[in-house]
Amino acid sequence: MSQGTLSAPAAPAAAAPPRGGALKRLSRRNSTVAFLLTLPLILLILGLVVYPFLYAIYLSTLNRRMTRFIGWENFTFLLSRETFWNVVFQSVLFAVSAVLLKALIGFILAHVLHALPAKGQRKWRGMLLVPWVIPPAISTLAWWWLFDPSYSAFNWALMGIGVDPVPWLGQAGWARFSVILVNVWYGSPFFMIMYLAALKSVPDQLYEAAAIDGASGWQKLRYVTFPMMRNIISITVLFSLIVTFANFDIVRILTNGGPQDTTHVFATYAFQVGIQSGDIPLGASVSLFMFPLLAVFAIFTLRGVNRRSKEMA
Amino acid sequence: MEGNGISRRGVLRAGALGVAASTLPLVNVHGQSSGGRLALGLWDHWVPAGNDEMRRIVMDWGQKNRVEIQLDFITSVGNKNLLTIAAESQARQGHDMLSFPTWEVHAKADQLEPMDDIMGRLGEKYGALNPIVEYLAKVEGKWRAVPAISGSQNKPALGRMDLLKQHAGIDIQQMFPANANPGSAAGNWNWDTFLKAAEASHKAGFSFGLPIGQFTDATDWIGSLFRSFGAELVNGKGDITAKSDNVRKVLEYAKQLCAFLPGDVFSWDDASNNRALISGKSALIFNPPSAWAVAKRDAPQVAEQCWSFPAPAGAQGRFTPYLPYFWGVWSFSRNKGAAKALVEYLSQREQAELMVKASNGYDIPPFTSMTDFKTWETEGPPPGVVFNYPVKPHHNAQQFIACYPAPPEIAVQMYNQGIQAKMIARVVQNNETPDRAIAWAEREIEGFKRG
Repeated sequence: MSQGTLSAPAAPAAAAPPRGGALKRLSRRNSTVAFLLTLPLILLILGLVVYPFLYAIYLSTLNRRMTRFIGWENFTFLLSRETFWNVVFQSVLFAVSAVLLKALIGFILAHVLHALPAKGQRKWRGMLLVPWVIPPAISTLAWWWLFDPSYSAFNWALMGIGVDPVPWLGQAGWARFSVILVNVWYGSPFFMIMYLAALKSVPDQLYEAAAIDGASGWQKLRYVTFPMMRNIISITVLFSLIVTFANFDIVRILTNGGPQDTTHVFATYAFQVGIQSGDIPLGASVSLFMFPLLAVFAIFTLRGVNRRSKEMA
Repeated sequence: MEGNGISRRGVLRAGALGVAASTLPLVNVHGQSSGGRLALGLWDHWVPAGNDEMRRIVMDWGQKNRVEIQLDFITSVGNKNLLTIAAESQARQGHDMLSFPTWEVHAKADQLEPMDDIMGRLGEKYGALNPIVEYLAKVEGKWRAVPAISGSQNKPALGRMDLLKQHAGIDIQQMFPANANPGSAAGNWNWDTFLKAAEASHKAGFSFGLPIGQFTDATDWIGSLFRSFGAELVNGKGDITAKSDNVRKVLEYAKQLCAFLPGDVFSWDDASNNRALISGKSALIFNPPSAWAVAKRDAPQVAEQCWSFPAPAGAQGRFTPYLPYFWGVWSFSRNKGAAKALVEYLSQREQAELMVKASNGYDIPPFTSMTDFKTWETEGPPPGVVFNYPVKPHHNAQQFIACYPAPPEIAVQMYNQGIQAKMIARVVQNNETPDRAIAWAEREIEGFKRG
């Protein structure tokens, strides 16, 4: 009886399993768990990256009043504009020079920090990270006060030693230098911390072996450190290039694109054309020009990273 | 059923009456029987008391008309008001009524409720409007917004009486006193006199603070300079007319003037000229009284020497830079009747006077008949400092927006991209000839003409 009682409910359970069991199996699969865990991020990216991107493409195909489909006309129009080509030049100059300088300074700082004793290192690391943790809009305002046309602290100091004041934001060359300088100041700590992490992961045995082989300091850097850091350098440069190309706040606050549009980058020009001048489709087209440039660079960089990872594996 | 005394027909009749009664205020707020909710996005005033007074006026109106008010003050700092307008027009929801900056009425005209009825009544009551608000808010024969009092500003000259008298020999208070009787020198207040005064002040170490960058203060005064020389880049039909002797003349003049300005004016923003005046480094700027108001707080010795007076005249007349705001109601608003009633209420002389008083004379009503408020006579020190801030008949001046009379869809791009300032910068900084700068401007403007 008791057996019968126990076995009776077992029968329907045996009949039902196909459905419940499949669900259970699905939920136990690693890929399902991974998918569920990444779902919030996927939704975030879909909502805040993919949708705006597709919407920007849609907008870029409309006329100024957004009443008519005009296909590629916004893009062909931009390509015929002298000012737009200046923006392309400035964006490339700004992003490439700022990223190279940030990488170089970050690399040097990481090595200097790595060489410091562990006790002092933490203090320096914290201090060097300060530019990166201050919201850029605020730190850029501070820089703006330093560059201020009439009351520049830099000029005050220069005049103190008998040097003529510098039109930091008033002349094309100096203005370009200033916006790049602020971007480098803000972004270098990111490179430093990434490179420091990479340096710490290089096994000491490699340096010991190199020392036994009689390698100089430069040779250790060239043949041990650099190859071990190549992937992290590539990814950091790629990430920074994307962020720097899309920079808005520094140029907007310091120069508003001036003088004579010589410091405009894609984002600030897109804002001026799209929001301020009431041509949202043209603004969307300007901002989309970044995409192919960065996509090509990202493809090549990531292919290199993959290749090296496979070689190392 | 029989006992309660209420028939089915009675219930239906009462219900129908109730529905009708509840919808009435939506279509007739004017009859003081309003209801519903009204979301307002008004301009966040530079003068803090301006917001307080506006809140009080709006809330009083809401209480009297039984309209629930949701009031947001949206700043123009960082173009947040432009972003709000762009977002709400795309989403077709948000506030019922917004403050629209200068060029936005044209840009969003097809989404704005017509205001001809209000403008008709206001016109009958208060008389003529300045032509610039008509240019900016009347689209295809229909008013799409009502010129606002709060936020609308002139940018006349704001000079230092002591410095200009001492170094340039000009008594600006005698020239344009705080009454309707200008001095004899007022007739000579033109761009030639201005150039001489700029040179004298520069030599004395108090250069005029005239920005030539890509911000509105620069665009506004340069726009008036061009207009008074008759230097029109695009005419009312949209034809490019930049290649003219008048444009060459104004560029030559600007080059001469720049020799007497600080070398860094090409990077000045809207605050740089204020700072130049307040710090005591400059003898003259073009600005609303906000610079004087800050000086009153931070540098009273500077403030008491300040005086507002009209811009210089050129061959084509005297043009005072003017930057109006507008109150508009979205066509997708769910309470258009109440929103329009509020706009009309805010535009009345009584409310205008309160706003002008609260803003220390900063706000400029669009009607000439409203340029006689006591505030402009009494504000000080020095008393009467802003008497000549509104354009008065004896100024022989017109309010003017840069790039007028170009069609607004072209003008907005010329304005925001500072075409005239860039032309000057090319001539001065790059040493280009006026003809080369004109050719560059023609190419740029050609691009603005696309539909």
